Amino acid sequence: MSNLLECRNLSKSFGPVKALNNVNLSIGRGRIVGLLGPNASGKSTFIKICNGLLTPTEGEILINGHKPGIETKKIVSYLPERNYLNDWMKVSDIIGFFSDFYQDFSKDKAYDMLSKLGITASQRLKTMSKGTKEKVQLILVMSREAQLYLLDEPIGGVDPAARDYILDTIIRNYNENATIVLSTHLIADIEKILDDVIFIREGQIVLNKTVDEIREESGKSIDSLFREVFKC
Amino acid sequence: MAWDLKSDRPIYAQLIEQLELRICSGIYPLGSKMPSVRDLAQEASVNPNTMQKALSKLEEDGLLYTNRTSGRFVTEDVNKIHAVRNKLAQEQVQEFLNKMTDLGFECDEILSIITTMLKELKK
Repeated sequence: MSNLLECRNLSKSFGPVKALNNVNLSIGRGRIVGLLGPNASGKSTFIKICNGLLTPTEGEILINGHKPGIETKKIVSYLPERNYLNDWMKVSDIIGFFSDFYQDFSKDKAYDMLSKLGITASQRLKTMSKGTKEKVQLILVMSREAQLYLLDEPIGGVDPAARDYILDTIIRNYNENATIVLSTHLIADIEKILDDVIFIREGQIVLNKTVDEIREESGKSIDSLFREVFKC
Repeated sequence: MAWDLKSDRPIYAQLIEQLELRICSGIYPLGSKMPSVRDLAQEASVNPNTMQKALSKLEEDGLLYTNRTSGRFVTEDVNKIHAVRNKLAQEQVQEFLNKMTDLGFECDEILSIITTMLKELKK
């Protein structure tokens, strides 16, 4: 089977700033991939290009053989780094919305996760804490049977117990045809669940290996290696 | 038994050790059915592919076997399990001996300490 995500000579400039600089990358199916880099390294730009929210300045990106667009949106489930849901809506309204929009959305899954995290479906978003809103967004994203999940900092704003639940959810939902790409700064928390690690710096990929290759070669955790490579 | 995974060594190798330990100590008894890859991965909070790889290695070693229709089982061969148990014991003792040598103990001293401690344990 061909790669799920393929990008060739991908660059993105914002005026004089090169957010992505000649990125070549292939990601297969059935992987959990960590996209790791310091602030402003290009992680979110990359994820936004995958979603068609930004267009590349040069090069191209293909998801399941298609350029980002209607075809890819059917199979890509995206968690943005900011909250985009309407504050006046109830969780149950949003779930209805999502299940109208996406064929692959499972209401059962969503309600199951809500109850596990103790969130009331009749509650309006504006009455919720920041962390709870983030949990709701993640539940929506993980309730789809997508082929590619793009999670931009999924665990940054939630408490350690919820973090464990989220990682658990990712493992539980693992499926050999689907791939999860997630960006985060909280490396120590997630490295055990990753297959592959991509280090990105100033828009360029500086390392792309499996977690066990890195540990074997360096004798270090990904977290320690990150601190070393990106030492300020 | 909690899954004890160190952060500076490959996860795959550690999973093999921990699974061997669980089989030898009877948590997964002789001839019993193993939990699914997904359940094991979740229990250990690790990537399912890595867990799968570790289980495949144990299958290669003959400690586990797969029945096409009903899943993965622990071997019924007692000798195989004894061999692994001996290997794990030797690793433990080797580690202990290395530490004692670092502390400057000679062979006969180590032996006498162990003998004394074992006697006290029996009381």
